[in-house]
Amino acid sequence: MAAITSDFSFMPVLPKWVVPVLLLAFAYGVVPLIGSSYLFEAILLPFLALSLAGVGLNILTGYAGQVSLGSAAFMAAGAFAAYNFNLRVEGLPLIGSIFLAGIVAAAIGIVFGLPSLRLKGFYLAVSTLAAQFFVQWALTKFSWFSNDSASGVIDAPRLSIAGVALDSAIGRYLFALTIVAILTFLAYRLVSSQTGRNFIAIRDNETAARIIGIPVLKTKLLAFAISSFIIGVAGVIWAFAYLRTVEPDGFDLDRSFQILFIIIIGGLASIRGAFFGAALIVVFPLALSRLGGFLLGDLFDSGVLDMSQRIVLGALIILFLILEPDGLVALWDRIRRRLLFAWQST
Amino acid sequence: MPLPSSALGVMEASAYAPEVLARGLPSSLRPQQQSEDRGEPTGSVAGVASPLLSLQGIGLSFGGVVALADVDLSVHPGEIRAIIGPNGAGKSSLINVISGVYQPDRGQVLLDGISYAHVPTQRLAHLGVARTFQNLALFKGLSVLDNVASGLAYKVRSNFAGQVLGIGRSRGEQRDTLSRADQILEFLDLSAVRDRLVGTLPYGLQKRVELARALVAEPRLLLLDEPMAGMTASEKSEMAGFVRAALDRFATTVVLIEHDVGVVMGLSDRIAVLDYGRKIADATPDEVRNDQRVIDAYLGVASDNEDGAGI
Repeated sequence: MAAITSDFSFMPVLPKWVVPVLLLAFAYGVVPLIGSSYLFEAILLPFLALSLAGVGLNILTGYAGQVSLGSAAFMAAGAFAAYNFNLRVEGLPLIGSIFLAGIVAAAIGIVFGLPSLRLKGFYLAVSTLAAQFFVQWALTKFSWFSNDSASGVIDAPRLSIAGVALDSAIGRYLFALTIVAILTFLAYRLVSSQTGRNFIAIRDNETAARIIGIPVLKTKLLAFAISSFIIGVAGVIWAFAYLRTVEPDGFDLDRSFQILFIIIIGGLASIRGAFFGAALIVVFPLALSRLGGFLLGDLFDSGVLDMSQRIVLGALIILFLILEPDGLVALWDRIRRRLLFAWQST
Repeated sequence: MPLPSSALGVMEASAYAPEVLARGLPSSLRPQQQSEDRGEPTGSVAGVASPLLSLQGIGLSFGGVVALADVDLSVHPGEIRAIIGPNGAGKSSLINVISGVYQPDRGQVLLDGISYAHVPTQRLAHLGVARTFQNLALFKGLSVLDNVASGLAYKVRSNFAGQVLGIGRSRGEQRDTLSRADQILEFLDLSAVRDRLVGTLPYGLQKRVELARALVAEPRLLLLDEPMAGMTASEKSEMAGFVRAALDRFATTVVLIEHDVGVVMGLSDRIAVLDYGRKIADATPDEVRNDQRVIDAYLGVASDNEDGAGI
């Protein structure tokens, strides 16, 4: 986790906002013009939703050091809450539903964050599994949550903001991109604020943090709340913009692990890391399927694909934990430094 | 940065424990004033003022191991109070009791006249107490500046939303925190490593960053748990100078735990000596230097079987 503020003093110094602004300009100005609907539907939408969930989990696990295996539960809570607010509260704008859904997810996050006041590490991770199982069980058990739909699978409402319909692939992409950009910016501000410093202090040395007067209990619960808020909104994007349906099964333990892998592979305690990790997690199965089909032809059916995905992903995680514990972000920074160095010395 | 010359001279006269203690001790002088040394010292610098901190009958054990047994200690405002003793004597346990990390089995801690059976760790900073740790307890993922700034976290009143949006009192607070942290960094000659990740610094500098984190809150009582452990002689004298300078600047009262008796003799006003969890002496450096029990504790008592006959 040492890659948070590495020393780049010998590099040409660009203001920190340049790269994100250029990326955003590209995402808003160029991608909608050149992107195919496959790119939006199969790659960019899940990428955005998972990135945001990764940002949320990174605040909790990467920065505040509290391991959680309940991310998918908070996504589910967000998605179902947004659906119900949208359904049951007349005249509530979509943005209002999404915000309130985040609040609901945050409240659930605080409740399931309470064990963190006594438990640490592995034990805490196991206790957050309770959130995972409880939320999924409650959403399946009480059909009120899915408006008494027989299958438990419900269509997401139409997306529109201020009367502008966003149901097309591009519209949904822009909708997701905007929410992710805003929340990521706020998350970045958070981790560089005093509260963010408190998160890291508690992660690195809880006793010392308590002695210098950081309110440890409050700060831990705050980390759970903020993290769950962001993950909840990511759940809304996942259900409303990407899948277009809301169902509990999509938010199972596998999803929780997927988000945890995203931040481990991408880089703990790094906002960029969530995006790196999500990109890998989304693109990797598609690339593997293309590659497998190309090399093995018909032998590479969906069963083999699924199995090989798991094997390769498992291997990747082990490799990252051993070789690059700071994740893709650290790898990227090192490569960039090498290239710059090589470029300067020519 | 100018330091008081007396502080820099501290180390020169002193040396390591055995030499200091054994130097010039004719056996006729040894039994001197033993019983008096163990009571409250009379000629201390601040004998008139009421103690800022006092421990009464502190007892602490871990299972069957007695870490502290019936320890009394009083610390007066403005003094440097050293606690010395061999390894495992209970020095760090005592600091941990004062800072509330351990709850004593018996006895109480009086801070500013208020008595605690268990010092509330969470409120320690508000009570004006700061400490350093024997084994570094810095936040490795934060820069030097942020580590020091975290020493002011207890004062922060703005909430996270204000900080994220940069509204309300958070801006002023942030500016104030960083400027105070910068002042301390300059004071302790750490400005050059201000933005370095603290884990990448050499050990001696990390120790100093920890001192900075404790000092930034301008505590009334500063607990230093072996601030010079593992340092070279020149680093030690530098650190001793910083402790002195900090004292002059902030008028802090210091409880200093140190293994190196030489450092302690030069720095402190009064010294308490612990051995096997008991306080065996409590007096001025000169008196402690000549105390037979202290000498025995540090040098060991000659065994009856000195020749090793029969082994």
